[in-house]
Amino acid sequence: MIRRARTAVWAMRRSLGAFAIALAVALAAPAAAVQPEEKLADPQKEQRAQELGEEIRCLVCQSESIANSNADLAKDLRVLIREKIQAGQSNQEIKDFLQSRYGDYVLLRPPVKPETYVLWYGPAAITALGALGVGVFFWRRNKRPAAQQKLSADEQRRLNHILDGE
Amino acid sequence: MTSEQDTQAVGGGEDSGSHWGKRVLFLLPVVIFLIVAGYFAWGLLSDRDPSRVPSALIDQKVPQFDLPPVAGLDSPGLSTADLMQADQPVLLNVWASWCVPCRAEHPILMRLAERDGVTVHGINYKDTPADARRFIQNLGNPYTRIGADRSGRAGIQLGVYGVPETYVIGPSGKIRYKHTGPIDSKALNQKILPLLEKLGG
Repeated sequence: MIRRARTAVWAMRRSLGAFAIALAVALAAPAAAVQPEEKLADPQKEQRAQELGEEIRCLVCQSESIANSNADLAKDLRVLIREKIQAGQSNQEIKDFLQSRYGDYVLLRPPVKPETYVLWYGPAAITALGALGVGVFFWRRNKRPAAQQKLSADEQRRLNHILDGE
Repeated sequence: MTSEQDTQAVGGGEDSGSHWGKRVLFLLPVVIFLIVAGYFAWGLLSDRDPSRVPSALIDQKVPQFDLPPVAGLDSPGLSTADLMQADQPVLLNVWASWCVPCRAEHPILMRLAERDGVTVHGINYKDTPADARRFIQNLGNPYTRIGADRSGRAGIQLGVYGVPETYVIGPSGKIRYKHTGPIDSKALNQKILPLLEKLGG
Protein backbone atom coordinates (compact mmCIF):
# COMPACT_ATOMS: atom_id res chain seq x y z
CA MET A 1 0.00 0.00 0.00
CA ILE A 2 2.73 2.43 1.03
CA ARG A 3 4.89 1.38 -1.88
CA ARG A 4 2.08 2.03 -4.26
CA ALA A 5 1.55 5.49 -2.82
CA ARG A 6 5.23 6.23 -3.17
CA THR A 7 5.22 5.16 -6.81
CA ALA A 8 2.28 7.42 -7.39
CA VAL A 9 4.18 10.35 -5.88
CA TRP A 10 7.14 9.62 -8.08
CA ALA A 11 5.00 9.42 -11.15
CA MET A 12 3.43 12.71 -10.20
CA ARG A 13 6.81 14.33 -9.62
CA ARG A 14 8.03 13.08 -12.93
CA SER A 15 5.06 14.39 -14.84
CA LEU A 16 5.36 17.69 -12.97
CA GLY A 17 8.98 17.90 -14.06
CA ALA A 18 8.03 17.18 -17.65
CA PHE A 19 5.34 19.83 -17.44
CA ALA A 20 7.84 22.37 -16.07
CA ILE A 21 10.23 21.66 -18.93
CA ALA A 22 7.44 21.94 -21.49
CA LEU A 23 6.36 25.23 -19.94
CA ALA A 24 9.90 26.59 -19.96
CA VAL A 25 10.32 25.63 -23.62
CA ALA A 26 6.99 27.16 -24.56
CA LEU A 27 7.64 30.42 -22.74
CA ALA A 28 11.27 30.82 -23.84
CA ALA A 29 11.68 33.87 -26.04
CA PRO A 30 12.68 33.02 -29.60
CA ALA A 31 16.39 33.59 -30.10
CA ALA A 32 16.99 36.98 -31.62
CA ALA A 33 19.58 37.19 -34.37
CA VAL A 34 20.23 40.88 -33.76
CA GLN A 35 23.95 41.34 -33.23
CA PRO A 36 25.26 43.59 -30.45
CA GLU A 37 27.05 45.92 -32.89
CA GLU A 38 23.80 46.53 -34.79
CA LYS A 39 21.99 47.87 -31.75
CA LEU A 40 21.13 51.53 -31.38
CA ALA A 41 22.45 53.41 -28.36
CA ASP A 42 19.03 54.86 -27.54
CA PRO A 43 17.07 52.02 -25.86
CA GLN A 44 13.74 53.48 -26.92
CA LYS A 45 14.75 53.56 -30.58
CA GLU A 46 16.29 50.11 -30.28
CA GLN A 47 12.98 48.87 -28.87
CA ARG A 48 11.16 50.32 -31.89
CA ALA A 49 13.65 48.72 -34.27
CA GLN A 50 13.22 45.40 -32.49
CA GLU A 51 9.42 45.56 -32.74
CA LEU A 52 9.56 46.54 -36.41
CA GLY A 53 11.97 43.71 -37.12
CA GLU A 54 9.46 41.24 -35.69
CA GLU A 55 6.91 42.35 -38.27
CA ILE A 56 9.10 42.14 -41.35
CA ARG A 57 9.47 38.82 -43.13
CA CYS A 58 12.90 37.57 -44.08
CA LEU A 59 12.45 36.85 -47.79
CA VAL A 60 15.32 34.39 -47.86
CA CYS A 61 13.96 32.08 -45.16
CA GLN A 62 10.35 33.23 -45.54
CA SER A 63 8.90 31.82 -42.33
CA GLU A 64 11.11 33.88 -40.05
CA SER A 65 11.07 37.55 -39.21
CA ILE A 66 14.21 39.53 -39.93
CA ALA A 67 14.67 39.90 -36.16
CA ASN A 68 15.06 36.12 -35.87
CA SER A 69 16.89 35.35 -39.08
CA ASN A 70 20.61 34.98 -39.59
CA ALA A 71 20.39 35.51 -43.33
CA ASP A 72 22.55 38.24 -44.84
CA LEU A 73 19.59 40.11 -46.27
CA ALA A 74 17.86 40.07 -42.88
CA LYS A 75 20.91 41.69 -41.32
CA ASP A 76 21.00 44.31 -44.08
CA LEU A 77 17.34 45.08 -43.52
CA ARG A 78 17.80 45.33 -39.75
CA VAL A 79 20.61 47.81 -40.26
CA LEU A 80 18.52 49.72 -42.81
CA ILE A 81 15.58 49.95 -40.39
CA ARG A 82 17.86 51.31 -37.67
CA GLU A 83 19.31 53.89 -40.05
CA LYS A 84 15.85 55.03 -41.03
CA ILE A 85 14.80 55.26 -37.38
CA GLN A 86 17.91 57.36 -36.68
CA ALA A 87 16.96 59.54 -39.62
CA GLY A 88 13.63 60.21 -37.91
CA GLN A 89 11.28 58.13 -40.06
CA SER A 90 8.10 56.73 -38.53
CA ASN A 91 7.36 53.01 -38.33
CA GLN A 92 4.72 53.41 -41.00
CA GLU A 93 7.12 55.17 -43.37
CA ILE A 94 9.65 52.38 -42.96
CA LYS A 95 7.04 49.68 -43.52
CA ASP A 96 5.72 51.54 -46.57
CA PHE A 97 9.22 51.67 -48.02
CA LEU A 98 9.80 47.94 -47.58
CA GLN A 99 6.35 47.17 -48.94
CA SER A 100 7.05 49.28 -52.02
CA ARG A 101 10.21 47.25 -52.67
CA TYR A 102 9.23 43.73 -51.69
CA GLY A 103 5.42 43.77 -51.84
CA ASP A 104 2.83 42.82 -49.23
CA TYR A 105 4.61 39.55 -48.62
CA VAL A 106 7.36 41.29 -46.66
CA LEU A 107 4.84 42.16 -43.95
CA LEU A 108 4.26 39.24 -41.62
CA ARG A 109 0.83 40.72 -40.85
CA PRO A 110 -0.76 41.13 -44.28
CA PRO A 111 -2.80 44.29 -44.91
CA VAL A 112 -6.60 44.02 -45.07
CA LYS A 113 -7.70 44.74 -48.65
CA PRO A 114 -9.95 43.04 -51.21
CA GLU A 115 -7.23 40.58 -52.28
CA THR A 116 -6.75 39.43 -48.69
CA TYR A 117 -10.40 39.32 -47.57
CA VAL A 118 -10.44 35.53 -47.98
CA LEU A 119 -7.34 35.30 -45.81
CA TRP A 120 -8.71 37.54 -43.08
CA TYR A 121 -12.39 36.63 -43.08
CA GLY A 122 -12.28 33.11 -44.58
CA PRO A 123 -11.76 31.27 -41.27
CA ALA A 124 -14.58 33.23 -39.59
CA ALA A 125 -16.88 32.54 -42.55
CA ILE A 126 -16.09 28.81 -42.48
CA THR A 127 -16.65 28.71 -38.71
CA ALA A 128 -19.99 30.49 -39.14
CA LEU A 129 -21.02 28.03 -41.86
CA GLY A 130 -19.99 25.10 -39.67
CA ALA A 131 -21.90 26.51 -36.69
CA LEU A 132 -24.94 26.95 -38.92
CA GLY A 133 -24.64 23.34 -40.08
CA VAL A 134 -24.38 22.06 -36.51
CA GLY A 135 -27.34 24.24 -35.50
CA VAL A 136 -29.48 22.87 -38.33
CA PHE A 137 -28.46 19.32 -37.43
CA PHE A 138 -29.56 19.65 -33.80
CA TRP A 139 -32.67 21.60 -34.68
CA ARG A 140 -33.78 18.84 -37.01
CA ARG A 141 -32.88 16.10 -34.55
CA ASN A 142 -35.00 17.74 -31.87
CA LYS A 143 -37.91 18.03 -34.24
CA ARG A 144 -37.81 14.47 -35.46
CA PRO A 145 -39.10 12.48 -32.43
CA ALA A 146 -42.35 14.43 -32.46
CA ALA A 147 -42.87 13.64 -36.10
CA GLN A 148 -42.09 9.95 -35.70
CA GLN A 149 -45.12 7.76 -36.14
CA LYS A 150 -45.87 4.42 -34.60
CA LEU A 151 -44.83 1.43 -36.65
CA SER A 152 -47.33 0.45 -39.25
CA ALA A 153 -48.88 -3.01 -39.04
CA ASP A 154 -46.63 -4.15 -41.87
CA GLU A 155 -43.47 -2.82 -40.21
CA GLN A 156 -44.48 -4.36 -36.87
CA ARG A 157 -44.92 -7.72 -38.59
CA ARG A 158 -41.49 -7.49 -40.22
CA LEU A 159 -39.88 -6.42 -36.94
CA ASN A 160 -41.40 -9.40 -35.15
CA HIS A 161 -40.20 -11.58 -37.98
CA ILE A 162 -36.60 -10.31 -37.57
CA LEU A 163 -36.66 -10.50 -33.76
CA ASP A 164 -37.98 -14.04 -33.86
CA GLY A 165 -35.01 -15.01 -35.95
CA GLU A 166 -36.81 -16.21 -39.07
CA MET B 1 -39.03 -11.50 -49.66
CA THR B 2 -35.79 -10.70 -51.42
CA SER B 3 -33.41 -8.17 -49.97
CA GLU B 4 -34.09 -5.83 -52.85
CA GLN B 5 -37.74 -5.62 -51.97
CA ASP B 6 -36.66 -5.04 -48.38
CA THR B 7 -34.73 -1.89 -49.14
CA GLN B 8 -37.45 -0.61 -51.39
CA ALA B 9 -40.01 -1.07 -48.68
CA VAL B 10 -37.90 0.83 -46.18
CA GLY B 11 -37.06 3.61 -48.63
CA GLY B 12 -40.66 4.00 -49.65
CA GLY B 13 -41.59 4.89 -46.09
CA GLU B 14 -40.19 8.43 -46.41
CA ASP B 15 -41.50 11.08 -48.70
CA SER B 16 -39.42 11.41 -51.83
CA GLY B 17 -38.69 15.19 -51.52
CA SER B 18 -36.54 15.01 -48.37
CA HIS B 19 -35.05 11.78 -49.66
CA TRP B 20 -33.65 13.63 -52.65
CA GLY B 21 -32.37 16.42 -50.39
CA LYS B 22 -30.55 13.86 -48.30
CA ARG B 23 -28.87 12.39 -51.34
CA VAL B 24 -27.48 15.80 -52.25
CA LEU B 25 -26.27 16.16 -48.67
CA PHE B 26 -24.48 12.82 -48.89
CA LEU B 27 -22.74 14.01 -52.05
CA LEU B 28 -21.52 17.17 -50.33
CA PRO B 29 -18.38 15.58 -48.78
CA VAL B 30 -17.47 14.19 -52.20
CA VAL B 31 -17.82 17.64 -53.74
CA ILE B 32 -15.73 19.20 -50.97
CA PHE B 33 -13.13 16.47 -51.40
CA LEU B 34 -12.94 17.12 -55.13
CA ILE B 35 -12.47 20.86 -54.59
CA VAL B 36 -9.71 20.31 -52.01
CA ALA B 37 -8.09 17.63 -54.18
CA GLY B 38 -8.19 20.05 -57.09
CA TYR B 39 -6.27 22.65 -55.10
CA PHE B 40 -3.73 20.06 -53.99
CA ALA B 41 -3.26 18.82 -57.53
CA TRP B 42 -2.73 22.41 -58.68
CA GLY B 43 -0.16 22.96 -55.91
CA LEU B 44 1.68 19.75 -56.73
CA LEU B 45 1.54 19.67 -60.49
CA SER B 46 1.71 23.27 -61.65
CA ASP B 47 5.02 25.02 -62.17
CA ARG B 48 4.20 27.54 -59.47
CA ASP B 49 7.05 27.98 -56.99
CA PRO B 50 5.52 29.17 -53.70
CA SER B 51 8.83 30.56 -52.42
CA ARG B 52 9.01 32.97 -55.34
CA VAL B 53 7.90 36.44 -54.38
CA PRO B 54 6.36 38.54 -57.17
CA SER B 55 8.10 41.86 -57.65
CA ALA B 56 6.35 44.92 -56.29
CA LEU B 57 8.09 47.05 -58.90
CA ILE B 58 6.54 45.69 -62.09
CA ASP B 59 5.45 48.57 -64.35
CA GLN B 60 7.27 51.08 -62.17
CA LYS B 61 10.33 53.14 -62.85
CA VAL B 62 13.68 51.77 -61.82
CA PRO B 63 14.39 53.02 -58.28
CA GLN B 64 17.25 55.41 -57.59
CA PHE B 65 20.76 54.07 -57.34
CA ASP B 66 24.17 55.19 -58.51
CA LEU B 67 26.82 52.49 -58.44
CA PRO B 68 30.55 52.82 -59.12
CA PRO B 69 32.28 50.39 -61.49
CA VAL B 70 34.00 47.26 -60.26
CA ALA B 71 37.61 48.27 -59.70
CA GLY B 72 39.89 46.87 -62.39
CA LEU B 73 37.19 46.07 -64.94
CA ASP B 74 36.65 47.95 -68.21
CA SER B 75 32.88 48.21 -67.81
CA PRO B 76 31.68 51.58 -66.48
CA GLY B 77 29.44 51.84 -63.41
CA LEU B 78 25.67 51.85 -63.49
CA SER B 79 23.14 54.40 -62.31
CA THR B 80 19.39 54.83 -62.71
CA ALA B 81 20.01 57.52 -65.34
CA ASP B 82 21.72 54.98 -67.63
CA LEU B 83 18.58 52.87 -67.61
CA MET B 84 16.26 55.84 -68.19
CA GLN B 85 18.12 56.99 -71.29
CA ALA B 86 18.06 53.69 -73.15
CA ASP B 87 15.90 53.64 -76.28
CA GLN B 88 15.90 49.87 -76.44
CA PRO B 89 14.83 47.39 -73.77
CA VAL B 90 17.72 46.14 -71.64
CA LEU B 91 18.33 43.31 -69.25
CA LEU B 92 19.53 44.08 -65.75
CA ASN B 93 21.17 41.07 -64.15
CA VAL B 94 22.03 40.98 -60.45
CA TRP B 95 24.93 38.59 -59.91
CA ALA B 96 27.77 37.71 -57.59
CA SER B 97 30.88 35.57 -57.90
CA TRP B 98 29.87 33.59 -54.81
CA CYS B 99 26.55 32.67 -56.38
CA VAL B 100 26.65 29.24 -57.98
CA PRO B 101 23.47 29.57 -60.11
CA CYS B 102 24.97 32.76 -61.55
CA ARG B 103 27.65 30.63 -63.13
CA ALA B 104 25.00 28.35 -64.54
CA GLU B 105 23.13 31.17 -66.26
CA HIS B 106 26.23 33.04 -67.42
CA PRO B 107 26.48 31.32 -70.84
CA ILE B 108 22.89 32.38 -71.55
CA LEU B 109 23.76 36.01 -70.80
CA MET B 110 26.88 35.74 -72.97
CA ARG B 111 24.82 34.40 -75.86
CA LEU B 112 22.16 37.10 -75.42
CA ALA B 113 24.79 39.83 -75.50
CA GLU B 114 27.00 38.47 -78.27
CA ARG B 115 24.66 36.65 -80.61
CA ASP B 116 21.33 38.39 -80.05
CA GLY B 117 22.76 41.86 -79.51
CA VAL B 118 20.80 42.48 -76.33
CA THR B 119 22.16 45.14 -73.98
CA VAL B 120 22.83 43.48 -70.63
CA HIS B 121 23.73 45.52 -67.57
CA GLY B 122 24.95 43.95 -64.38
CA ILE B 123 24.82 44.71 -60.69
CA ASN B 124 27.61 42.98 -58.84
CA TYR B 125 25.87 42.24 -55.55
CA LYS B 126 27.83 42.13 -52.27
CA ASP B 127 31.04 40.97 -53.86
CA THR B 128 34.73 41.86 -53.65
CA PRO B 129 36.31 43.45 -56.73
CA ALA B 130 38.98 40.71 -56.91
CA ASP B 131 36.38 37.91 -56.95
CA ALA B 132 34.18 39.78 -59.42
CA ARG B 133 37.18 40.31 -61.73
CA ARG B 134 38.12 36.64 -61.60
CA PHE B 135 34.53 35.63 -62.40
CA ILE B 136 34.42 37.91 -65.45
CA GLN B 137 37.91 36.93 -66.62
CA ASN B 138 37.08 33.22 -66.44
CA LEU B 139 33.59 33.28 -67.89
CA GLY B 140 33.51 36.36 -70.14
CA ASN B 141 31.83 39.71 -69.83
CA PRO B 142 28.32 40.05 -71.25
CA TYR B 143 27.72 43.35 -69.45
CA THR B 144 27.81 46.79 -71.02
CA ARG B 145 27.85 48.40 -67.59
CA ILE B 146 28.48 46.85 -64.19
CA GLY B 147 27.59 48.60 -60.96
CA ALA B 148 29.32 47.40 -57.81
CA ASP B 149 26.76 47.14 -55.01
CA ARG B 150 29.03 46.20 -52.14
CA SER B 151 26.60 47.18 -49.38
CA GLY B 152 23.58 45.59 -51.02
CA ARG B 153 21.60 48.82 -50.75
CA ALA B 154 20.82 49.07 -54.46
CA GLY B 155 19.65 45.47 -54.18
CA ILE B 156 17.20 46.44 -51.45
CA GLN B 157 16.00 49.36 -53.59
CA LEU B 158 15.26 46.86 -56.36
CA GLY B 159 13.68 44.31 -54.04
CA VAL B 160 16.41 41.75 -54.58
CA TYR B 161 16.15 38.83 -52.17
CA GLY B 162 18.24 36.16 -53.84
CA VAL B 163 20.79 36.37 -56.62
CA PRO B 164 20.66 35.83 -59.52
CA GLU B 165 17.75 38.05 -60.44
CA THR B 166 17.12 39.44 -63.88
CA TYR B 167 14.94 42.38 -64.80
CA VAL B 168 13.61 43.30 -68.22
CA ILE B 169 13.60 47.08 -68.38
CA GLY B 170 11.62 48.91 -71.01
CA PRO B 171 12.91 51.87 -73.03
CA SER B 172 11.81 54.56 -70.55
CA GLY B 173 13.31 52.83 -67.55
CA LYS B 174 10.18 50.95 -66.58
CA ILE B 175 10.60 47.52 -65.02
CA ARG B 176 8.54 45.11 -67.09
CA TYR B 177 9.48 41.68 -65.81
CA LYS B 178 11.53 40.09 -63.09
CA HIS B 179 12.97 36.61 -63.09
CA THR B 180 14.23 35.25 -59.78
CA GLY B 181 16.83 32.51 -59.95
CA PRO B 182 18.98 31.45 -62.88
CA ILE B 183 17.51 32.07 -66.32
CA ASP B 184 16.55 28.74 -67.85
CA SER B 185 15.64 28.10 -71.45
CA LYS B 186 11.94 28.10 -70.57
CA ALA B 187 12.01 31.53 -68.96
CA LEU B 188 14.21 32.77 -71.78
CA ASN B 189 12.09 31.52 -74.67
CA GLN B 190 8.65 32.01 -73.17
CA LYS B 191 9.07 35.27 -71.27
CA ILE B 192 12.28 37.21 -71.75
CA LEU B 193 12.87 36.96 -75.50
CA PRO B 194 9.22 37.62 -76.51
CA LEU B 195 9.09 40.58 -74.14
CA LEU B 196 12.35 42.03 -75.47
CA GLU B 197 11.02 41.69 -78.99
CA LYS B 198 7.73 43.34 -78.11
CA LEU B 199 9.39 46.24 -76.31
CA GLY B 200 12.04 46.67 -78.98
CA GLY B 201 9.42 47.10 -81.68
